[in-house]
Amino acid sequence: MKALVSVKRVVDFNVRIQLKPDGSGVITDGVKHSMNPFDEIAMEEAVRLKEKGKVTEIVAVTIGGAKCEETLRTALAFGADRAIHVKEEGEVQPLTSARVLAALFKKETPGLFLFGKQAIDDDANQTGQMVAALLDLPQATFASKVELDGNKAQVTREIDAGLETLEVDLPAVVTTDLRLNEPRYLKLPDIMKAKKKPVESVTIAQLGVQAAPAIKTVKTSAPPTRSKGVMVKTVDELIAALKQKGLV
Amino acid sequence: MSVQRDVMEYDVVIVGGGPAGLSAACRLKQKAAEAGKEIGVCLVEKGSEVGAHILSGAVFETRALDELFPDWKEKGAPLKTPVKRDDVYFFLGEQSAFKMPNLFVPKTMHNEGNYIISLGNLCRWLGTQAETLGVEIYPGFAAQEAIIDEQGVVRGVVIGDMGVDREGKPKDGYTPGMELRAKYTLFAEGCRGHLGKRLIARYKLAEGADPQHYGIGIKEIWRVDPAKHQPGLVVHGAGWPLDNANPGGSFLYHLEDNQVVVGLIVDLSYSNPYLSPFDEFQRFKHHPVVKQYLEGGQRVSYGARAITKGGFNSLPKMVFPGGALIGCDAGTLNFAKIKGSHTAMKSGMLAADAVVEKLFAGAEGGDVLENYPAAFKASWLYDELYRSRNFGAWLHKLGAIVGGAINYIEQNWFKGRAPWTVHDRKPDHLCLKPAAESRSIEYPKPDGKLSFDKLSSVFLSSTNHEEDQPVHLKLADPSVPIGKNLPLYDEPAQRYCPAGVYEVVGEAGARRFQINAQNCVHCKTCDIKDPAQNITWVAPEGGGGPNYANM
Ligand SMILES: Cc1cc2nc3c(=O)[nH]c(=O)nc-3n(C[C@H](O)[C@H](O)[C@H](O)COP(=O)(O)OP(=O)(O)OC[C@H]3O[C@@H](n4cnc5c(N)ncnc54)[C@H](O)[C@@H]3O)c2cc1C
Ligand code: SF4
Repeated sequence: MKALVSVKRVVDFNVRIQLKPDGSGVITDGVKHSMNPFDEIAMEEAVRLKEKGKVTEIVAVTIGGAKCEETLRTALAFGADRAIHVKEEGEVQPLTSARVLAALFKKETPGLFLFGKQAIDDDANQTGQMVAALLDLPQATFASKVELDGNKAQVTREIDAGLETLEVDLPAVVTTDLRLNEPRYLKLPDIMKAKKKPVESVTIAQLGVQAAPAIKTVKTSAPPTRSKGVMVKTVDELIAALKQKGLV
Repeated sequence: MSVQRDVMEYDVVIVGGGPAGLSAACRLKQKAAEAGKEIGVCLVEKGSEVGAHILSGAVFETRALDELFPDWKEKGAPLKTPVKRDDVYFFLGEQSAFKMPNLFVPKTMHNEGNYIISLGNLCRWLGTQAETLGVEIYPGFAAQEAIIDEQGVVRGVVIGDMGVDREGKPKDGYTPGMELRAKYTLFAEGCRGHLGKRLIARYKLAEGADPQHYGIGIKEIWRVDPAKHQPGLVVHGAGWPLDNANPGGSFLYHLEDNQVVVGLIVDLSYSNPYLSPFDEFQRFKHHPVVKQYLEGGQRVSYGARAITKGGFNSLPKMVFPGGALIGCDAGTLNFAKIKGSHTAMKSGMLAADAVVEKLFAGAEGGDVLENYPAAFKASWLYDELYRSRNFGAWLHKLGAIVGGAINYIEQNWFKGRAPWTVHDRKPDHLCLKPAAESRSIEYPKPDGKLSFDKLSSVFLSSTNHEEDQPVHLKLADPSVPIGKNLPLYDEPAQRYCPAGVYEVVGEAGARRFQINAQNCVHCKTCDIKDPAQNITWVAPEGGGGPNYANM
C-alpha cells in the first residue's frame, strides 16, 4: 500500500517570531525554517508503518517556493521513497492546498493520506479535513495511534473525555497529533542519500487547480504583553491588591 | 565502547560554514568547473542551519567578495546598506563624549565603500551559492574530532554522536557520528575553534608567535523609531564604560528596515575579575550618544561571540599534514579595522587555490599544503595584516588615547609600514588580578527599556540544546571553580559568560559550581578566559546552540 504524506516548510519552532513593521505578516527572511513538527510525526508514522511491512511506498508532497525542496529532502531522509514538489512562490491558502492535494491523491491513489494535524505557522487545522471532504474520503483526525489492518485502519484519538478509537475504511485521511510518536534523529548517511533521491516537480496549474485566495489578512499584531505580577505575603494583602485593581 | 561508524570519502572536507569555510567551498567548486574536473566537497556546520551561529557587526569590506563573485550584485547578495558616515567617539564618562574630528580618524577606521550587513545573512547567501555550485552542506552536524592516523596525518573528521544521554549512555535513537574522510581537511570553525585549538597544540603551530589575543563581543539588534533611523551611519567608540586596564570598544550601525545594531567588544585581557562584559554593555546603552537612537525602539535579538584579535604577530602556522586552518580559526582578523570577514574569506580562497593546485597535480592528499602559506605571503591579506600588526599591542600597553594616537601616526603617516613591531606576550587568561586587589563593581539595575537582565537576553538568542545530553563544557578538574577560582578571583565565570551558564550556588561553606549548559550561545569565552584554563568547550549535539536571525 502506498502512503502519501503532506509536509510543509514553516518557521522553526525555536525561532522567536517577529512581526513586519507594517503589520502585514511575520518576518520570514533570514530566519530558520524546518518541517512542520506535526508533519514530522506524520512522516515518522509512515516510515514505521513501512518498517512493519504495512506500507510499501512513501511519497512526500509539499506545496511552495523553491526553498521547500529542503523540506522534501528532509522527508526523503526520514525514509520517503520519492517526493513531489508543487511549485508556487506566492501565498497558498488552506483551500488551495486542499484542492492541490486532492488532485495529487487522484494521481497517486494512495491507501493512506497522512497530514500533520496543523501547521505551526498559521495553525489553520483545516487542510486534512478539507481534502477528505473534497474527495469524500473517511477521515480520522488528531491520531495518537494508528493501526492498519487489511483495508481498514483503527485510529485512536485523544479527545477531552479520554481516548476514542475509530475504524475507517481505506483509503482514508489521517491527521497526526503530538503523542503519536517521537520522530527519529535524521542520520547523516540518510541525509546524504536523500540528496540523490528523485523529486518530481509540478505547478498548481498543471494539476488543474486555480489558486483562488478566499481569505484576506487584515492585520497581524503581537499578543499583548503580560504585565508584571506582584508578590503578596498574606491573604489580606491579596484582597487589598484585588480591590485596588477593582477586581473584587 | 567500540562503535561502527559509517564512512564517506571526499576530496575536501570543510569544518564550519562561516565566511572562511563557505568561500573556500565556493572557490574549490568554481576552479573545478573551470577546469572541467570533479572535486568532491563536503561542509559541516554545527548550527541548525548556515548562519544560525554567525554573529558579527558587521561593516563589510567587499574586496574578497568582489574576487569570489564579481557579479554578487546581480546574484542578489544581501549587501543593502552602503556606509554613508563614520562617527568616532571617545566616551569620557556616563554622560559625556568627545567626537573625534574626521581629520584625526585613523585610515583603518574609514568605511567609505563598505556595507553594513548581517554576516549571518551573507553566509546564508554564500551557502546557497555553494550548494548551487555542487558543495554538499550538512547543517546540524558538528565535527567532534579530527581523524589523525598513525603517521600523524589528518584524514578528516568524526561527526558527533546523536542521542547520548547526560551520563554519556546511548538512548533511544542513538546514532553514532559518521567519519568524513578527505584528502585535505580545512578547519574554519572561527574564533577559538575547538578542533583548531587541539591541532595548534598537537602540531605546535603557535611556536614562535605571540600568544593569541581575544575579545568578547556582545551584540543586540534593535528596531528603532523611523525618525531616529539613519541608514548607513556607523558609530564607533572607545573609552567609557571601559578603561585602560579593562579595554575595549563599541559599535552602533544603522542597517536597512529600521534596524540598528549595537555592541560592545571587551578585550579578554581585562584585569578586574569583577568586570561583567554583559553588564558593561547594558549600561553602555544608557549613554546619551547611544540612547538617542535606541530610546523608544524595541530590542529584537541578542547574542555574543568571541573574536580572535591577535592579528599578524599571533598568527600560527596555518598548515599541517592533510589540512589547514582558515579564517578566525587561524586568526586572520584585522583588529585595527575590527574586520575579519573579508580576511577570513580571502584566507579560505587562498587555501582552496592551494588544494586545487595539489589535486590537479595528482596529489593523493595527506601532505602539507605549503603552497597555501606561500600564496598567503604574496597576497593583499598578508600586506593588510602586516600593516595593522601593532594596533592591539599599542592599545593594550598604552590605552585607547595614547595607543590610539600612535596607531593614527602609524596608519596615516607610515601607511602601516613603521619600522617597528610591538608585541603583547601575556596570554589573556593570565591578565586577571586577584579579587582582593580589585575594585568590586556595582552595576545599575536594568530598566527593562534600554537595559535588560541576562536571562531575558539569552531568550532572544533562541538558544536551544537537547536537554538530555552530556554537558559540553568540560572541567579538567571539577574542584578548581570552588577550590581555587572562587577564593582567588571570585570565580569570574559567573560574570564573563554572557549567557549565565555558570553559577556559584549554595550557602557559604557548601558552595557548588553549577553549569547551565543548555543556555550556552557558543561564544567560547570560558575556554579562553578561565584563569586556570580548566574549562574546555566541546561541540554539543549538532543543531544545538543559538538560532540567530539577521546577526
Ligand atoms: C561582535 C563582533 C563584531 C564584528 N564586527 C565585524 C565587522 O564589522 N566587520 C568584519 O569584517 N568582521 C567583524 N567581526 C569579525 C567577523 O565576524 C569574523 O572575523 C568572521 O566571522 C570570521 O569568519 P570565520 O569563517 O573564520 O568564522 P565564523 O564566522 O566564526 O564561522 C565559523 C562557523 O563554523 C561553525 N563551527 C565551529 N566549530 C564547528 C565544528 N566543530 N563543527 C561544525 N561547525 C563548526 C560555527 O558554527 C560557525 O558557523 C566581528 C566579530 C564579532 C564577534
Ligand atoms: S558557556 Fe562559555 S561558550 Fe557558552 S556562552 Fe558561556 S562563556 Fe560562552
